[in-house]
Amino acid sequence: MSEKIKFTIDGKQCLAKKGQNVLDAALENGVYIPFLCHVKGVKQAGSCRICNVKVAGRTMTACTTPVAPGMEVENDIPELHDLRLAIIEALFVEGNHFCPSCEKSGNCELQALAYRYQMMVPRFPYSFPQKEIDASNSKILIDRNRCVLCKRCIRSFQDDQGRNLFAFKSRGHKVEINIDKECAVNLSDELAQEIMDVCPVGALIRKEKGFNEPIGTRKYDKKPIGSEITSVV
Amino acid sequence: MSKPIVATTSLAGCFGCHMSLLDIDERILELFQLVEFNKSPIDDIKTFTKQCDIGLIEGGCCNSENIHVLKDFRKNCKIIVSVGECAIMGGLPALRNGIPVKECLAEAYLDGPTVGNNTEGILPNNEELPMILDRVYPCHEVVKVDYHLPGCPPRADLIWEALVALVTGNELKLPYEVVKFD
Amino acid sequence: MRTTVKTIIEKYNNDKTRLMDILMDIQNNFGFISDKFVEVIARETGLSIVDVEQTLTFYHFFSKKPVGEYAVYLNNSVVANMKGRAAVAKAFEEELGCKFGNLCDDGKIGLYNTACIGMSDQEPAAIINDTVFTSLTPLKVKGIVQQMREGKKVTEMIDVIGDGNNSSPLINSMVFNNIRKEGPVLFSEYEVGAAVKKVTEMTPNEVVDEVKSSYLRGRGGAGFPTGLKWEFCRKSEGPRYIHCNADEGEPGTFKERVILTELPKLLFEGMAIAAYALDAKEGIIYLRGEYKYLKNYLEAVLEEMKTANLLGENICGKKGFDFEIRIQFGAGAYVCGEESALIESAEGKRGEPRNRPPFPVQKGYLGMPTVVNNVETICTVVKIINNGADWFSMMGSHESTGTKLISVSGDCDFPGVYAIEWGMRIRDLLEIAGTEDVLAVQIGGPSGVCIGSKEFKRTISFEDIPTGGAITIIGKDRDIIKDVVVNYMDFFIDESCGSCVPCRAITVLMRNKLQKIIDGNGVMNDLDDLVDWGAKMKIANRCGLGQTAANPILTTLENFREKYEALIDKDSDYNTGFDLEKAVADSCAYVDRVPNL
Repeated sequence: MSEKIKFTIDGKQCLAKKGQNVLDAALENGVYIPFLCHVKGVKQAGSCRICNVKVAGRTMTACTTPVAPGMEVENDIPELHDLRLAIIEALFVEGNHFCPSCEKSGNCELQALAYRYQMMVPRFPYSFPQKEIDASNSKILIDRNRCVLCKRCIRSFQDDQGRNLFAFKSRGHKVEINIDKECAVNLSDELAQEIMDVCPVGALIRKEKGFNEPIGTRKYDKKPIGSEITSVV
Repeated sequence: MSKPIVATTSLAGCFGCHMSLLDIDERILELFQLVEFNKSPIDDIKTFTKQCDIGLIEGGCCNSENIHVLKDFRKNCKIIVSVGECAIMGGLPALRNGIPVKECLAEAYLDGPTVGNNTEGILPNNEELPMILDRVYPCHEVVKVDYHLPGCPPRADLIWEALVALVTGNELKLPYEVVKFD
Repeated sequence: MRTTVKTIIEKYNNDKTRLMDILMDIQNNFGFISDKFVEVIARETGLSIVDVEQTLTFYHFFSKKPVGEYAVYLNNSVVANMKGRAAVAKAFEEELGCKFGNLCDDGKIGLYNTACIGMSDQEPAAIINDTVFTSLTPLKVKGIVQQMREGKKVTEMIDVIGDGNNSSPLINSMVFNNIRKEGPVLFSEYEVGAAVKKVTEMTPNEVVDEVKSSYLRGRGGAGFPTGLKWEFCRKSEGPRYIHCNADEGEPGTFKERVILTELPKLLFEGMAIAAYALDAKEGIIYLRGEYKYLKNYLEAVLEEMKTANLLGENICGKKGFDFEIRIQFGAGAYVCGEESALIESAEGKRGEPRNRPPFPVQKGYLGMPTVVNNVETICTVVKIINNGADWFSMMGSHESTGTKLISVSGDCDFPGVYAIEWGMRIRDLLEIAGTEDVLAVQIGGPSGVCIGSKEFKRTISFEDIPTGGAITIIGKDRDIIKDVVVNYMDFFIDESCGSCVPCRAITVLMRNKLQKIIDGNGVMNDLDDLVDWGAKMKIANRCGLGQTAANPILTTLENFREKYEALIDKDSDYNTGFDLEKAVADSCAYVDRVPNL
């Protein structure tokens, strides 16, 4: 029997496994900390910065911070609420997110976070960048207009020789996602589906699929993201 | 006491948001009890005949006429509300943003597959026509906008609840399902 | 071509962790790295093509397109601009008939902008095919272009030879050291090898303790206690590594260039001491690509040190004390000065800072415990070993012991390197640097703070204003927003790795808002927004770059708010900056009509 570590989130007593990060531990303890780049079981990126929490006055990403005994985590506080909303808004204006015409609408985690955080309009001006769509792969279409550069795909998919199927190109605001022309040449339908499912937004779309579910029955139509963990007050 | 006055318009939109306004069904009778309409397609008043309290804007700005109408609304309405994705972020018309306007015009009038018999390569340039903007602008990137109601179109319930809240001054409490971006 | 590429890859044992060297060699050989080359590299190293491209496209000095037989990289830092860069750039463009960012003369010569190249005391300066050209003037540019057209070798094009070892045949450079104040520590006389000999008679723990009791703190900027870092590293199972951070990318800094030129033996000896203390067998000097003109010289000194038994096997006759150093060149990425990004880069990857924990001292290079120390820090250790911790900690202030090398540049008579005791007042430094009518002083480069005369009584120290060493003096005639802040913000936009959302996106949004204000469309609310967004940047990003990327705006808003307010129409409470005339210009021109506004 492994020993559990006691810690608190917003005063609530929680238990974590040794070495577990704050985010996973929170979710297991029924506390929702919002996130976008995290995928359970995959190496953390700590890049979206939405899961930022406060510990001893310092801000740190919950997904990359291991739980320490007696740690007092602040999560649901106005300062972090506004920080998270600002990050979500920055993502909306940084790309071209045309929700009404997106296959992922209703199942999109970025959109769902915006719903949960009640984004009516971003505080930043829209940048309308010009982005290229890559439709060269036979199974997966990359729409970089919608990409939030969370690196979920980079971290999740390697071929049998351990080579990455996806990688970044360039740096700064010019960063974009790319799919390997050799390693990803013969994707199975199952893998293509997995890739689309890992993508939190509509940047990686299975070709000839999409718009399958009618409005009203999609994942976030009726219930906010994270409501299975903590309901929105 | 006189009723609050509402004006509405559709700029670079599809009138879907107006349709959604009509989608409040029988509450439309209640609405006419609550407010008076001025410049709006709903009563077909073409120009402002008095100062209004609320201006509902559908659509973003894709040409000079949109800009003039929007500025006119700002001048004549105490409160301006962006209604729908196009007003808020340009919406589908803004898919052209990022593509040079020259290419858009060439596609529309010269090179596109749906161009008919334009062998002389005529581009519409009569001075009566509105001038095309370099991109589609969200309304609040042109004038100050007080409130935003997202959706494509915004749900009828959202428009209704928001209007009632604005008119009555009551706090707007929205169920999760009514604020959507599609 | 393909065989040359393969030979290069084989030189590095087809090792994907040496991707930086492979790319660099190919770039140098061919002037570009084509898709075909990328495919060969991927196949030979077992990486996917996108992974090779990921590293390739991250670095400024790697290019998929030919950069020209002569690639001119002209510094566009704040100081370069102060010193007349605009005229120099114009001269290049006019002589060549093409704009920066392009190939000219049928592909023979390329003109490129680049971030600070570590020559702030002799700007305007450029790097052409690894050779540095300093104190450029439009007239000099004419001569350089002429010689490039004649096909002359760049090394034969330099007309002045710098001081000190810059005149060594292995360097043979125009660069000057400009050491203005030597101080009692780094530039003092010492016997090469005495310190490393001394530590072989101590236990590694004793060495760590000696450094700890000197209270030496990291000289790169963050100021982490060096001895403590070593101690933490020793707690993790090896093999351990010592990396020397010679990336020196902070605009306005150049003191490490001077150390590398004049005191490379001191540095290598310091690394050997660190290696002894950490029981490390391998060390890496991560040297910024801009300093490649020092390569042959540094490699020769390394050989000399080996011959003298100060590096290599059984150092100083101590059995089992083996230590090798290799030089890892960067390729134009400021963020690689962040220690974990440096390690990523040394492993052949894009220079993206890592998440902590684990810290590099726990899991660093190749997953092994690694100490990353700044050049100046490592050199200082040698003097501490030689003269004792007490000698060292007597100097400076309570929390900042010893001395600090400062790179002074900008509007002053004596730009150069100053070894000062910590605790010196800004005012006193300004005086010895030969200044009058100073508007502001930028301390610590763009990531630091910009202060006005009211603050000149403050001191350079960890207690007050800490710095990695860059002091940029901004004279009364400068426009602090347009001449300084804009340049610094553009710098951060270019140099962000792009991983954290706030750093990647909000830096650009802040820069755009700044432009809105400069364009006369600002309202008072915009200033509040900048403060609010900047505060978020500080707390929300992973690494120092992102956390400080808003500093140019934040610290000038704090100390020079009136300069911003002067640009704002205070009667307006909302201004989007929308300009109908501008917005319709393109379409009207295209359809051939006169805009009727």
